Amino acid sequence: MNLTKDELREMYRLLLLTRKNDERVNEIYARKGLPELPHSCMGEEAIAVGCTYKLRQDDYIIPSLRARGMFLVKGIPTKVMMAGAYGKRTGPARSISTSHHMGDMSKGIMLGTGLIGSSVAVATGAALGLKDMGKDSVSLISFGDGASSQGDFFESLNLAAIWKLPVIFVCENNGYAISTTTDRQMAVENVADKAAGLGVSAVIVDGNDVLAVFEATQEAVARARRGEGPTLVECKTNRWHGHSENDRDNYRNPAEVEAMKRDDCVKRFEKYLLDKGVLTPELAAKIMQSVLQEIDEAVKFAEESPFPAPEEALRDVYAD
Amino acid sequence: MKEITYREALREALAEEMRRDEKVFMMGEDIANYGGSFKVTLGLVEEFGTNRVKDTPLAESVIVGAAVGAAMVGMRPVPEIMFADFMVLVMDHIVNNAAKMTYMSDGELKVPMVLRAAQGAGTGSGAHHCQSVEGWLMNIPGIKIVIPSTPYDAKGLMKAAIRDNNPVVFLEHKMLYATKGMIPEEEYVIELGKADIKREGSDVTVIAYSAMIPKALKAAEILAKEGISVEVIDPRTLKPLDTATLVKSVAKTKRALIVHESCLTGGAGAEIAAILAKEAFDYLDAPITRIGAPDTPVPFSPPLEKYFIPSEQRIIQGIRDLLG
Repeated sequence: MNLTKDELREMYRLLLLTRKNDERVNEIYARKGLPELPHSCMGEEAIAVGCTYKLRQDDYIIPSLRARGMFLVKGIPTKVMMAGAYGKRTGPARSISTSHHMGDMSKGIMLGTGLIGSSVAVATGAALGLKDMGKDSVSLISFGDGASSQGDFFESLNLAAIWKLPVIFVCENNGYAISTTTDRQMAVENVADKAAGLGVSAVIVDGNDVLAVFEATQEAVARARRGEGPTLVECKTNRWHGHSENDRDNYRNPAEVEAMKRDDCVKRFEKYLLDKGVLTPELAAKIMQSVLQEIDEAVKFAEESPFPAPEEALRDVYAD
Repeated sequence: MKEITYREALREALAEEMRRDEKVFMMGEDIANYGGSFKVTLGLVEEFGTNRVKDTPLAESVIVGAAVGAAMVGMRPVPEIMFADFMVLVMDHIVNNAAKMTYMSDGELKVPMVLRAAQGAGTGSGAHHCQSVEGWLMNIPGIKIVIPSTPYDAKGLMKAAIRDNNPVVFLEHKMLYATKGMIPEEEYVIELGKADIKREGSDVTVIAYSAMIPKALKAAEILAKEGISVEVIDPRTLKPLDTATLVKSVAKTKRALIVHESCLTGGAGAEIAAILAKEAFDYLDAPITRIGAPDTPVPFSPPLEKYFIPSEQRIIQGIRDLLG
């Protein structure tokens, strides 16, 4: 692992920012409502941060619904994401769509859609385009365990394997597709088991270990750049909240959820860095303070921003 | 000028655009050495290689989904869906990916893709290989629909479609592939959204497209012998639709008959009729009339299929009814 102390601290800051941003959005939603329904990523932050960290600007990503940290790592400002949650004009793409589906090609972020699994095909096509243009960029898509039941998952992995496309399939397996448990979603134990049948290399990692996710992804990226084709990285994790913030989460035992929270990817990484001497309690407190300040400023920015004008809804249906 | 088939015209357009722009590539089932089910792409692999004329696995959804992704990063894919009936398998990628990316990204993202498909009845291929599907596509903001009737239009519109920065669904009619027409030797492009007056007339306007154009022209020829002057207009693209040309013609003839091979209910004709009802209301001397296939799947047995497809006789009768 070739990460400097500064890089490790930055990774920690991004993890914390993802966590605290999520907490704040959920708190605002619960207190007074927001136009955008939050789908919390709490418990799963290590995957988004680990799989995106150190990707190049010209590597393309399509984040899943719960991969909020991918946007932050790729450089979407916190305040823009926050303005998106408020549906403000300063949000991504003037808040024409929800911030779950923001894209920014200058940062290598492609737009995903709300149809689970569909974007796996698009990311595969991006890899095809990058390869055919002779670039050594890669395409990386994250999706949940539920998406691996979709036809596009199978069609895409099959195509990527045949054509050795530079695509990394990151599966965030949190054990639930809304309320449906993985054992009712698939007869095999792992999503990675499906990849084997399609000729796609797969690796299973502890999704709550940000460095494990990072290393597995970096290896997959290196393989892709060498022309060795796709890899599926299955990250086992937990979803602390319900599917969305208006999900009563009545299908899970509260004890089960409490147990999940004992394996906190942020705290785990913090402890690791403290043990290694990369972080000190003082430095950790300072990072926390800067993250909270950034979020405070984002909320202020979002609240003070105007809404788009109604007729802006008619713009840009077609490209010139 | 030279004589060429509709199939050859499409092939020429594809080849010229691939020579012009190395970002253009094709992908689909059996399009390389096999040349596609209707041989439109036959021989192209020899010039452009298997990387630009890609045979895919039998997986329509990822053909179009991947085309969208490739387009988003800068390629100009021309995916082929063998039969338009199979378009249902890729509707998610058309509707939710291709059609929405530009809008959802505030105009930043572009999906320059031409999705080709063969449609229409007449080959005796039954309910799953013969449907005309343009009506399904009319209600999708963000895509363009091109549906040519002649070799000249097929070539010029294909070239324009490939150069367009939006997703275009290009619907070819199986019964037109072998039809012949004259095209210029030199390069030409036909702008999308411009109707073409295929025959000028003064008594009634027939608005038709695709395989209904030869039939409408035949009907016009027969009626001309009786002194009935029929104007035949081909919109050529249904999205965008050249409303002005249609209205102008109806203002002149005061009568409109819309003819398409797809089922009548909810077809493109309904939209055209609604537009004319508003924009040409003051000129009309008779109700706007539509002819389409019955609201049934396409039947297989030859007499049934023949009965299903709108005929010259039905068009002639429709025109007579309009003239009272």
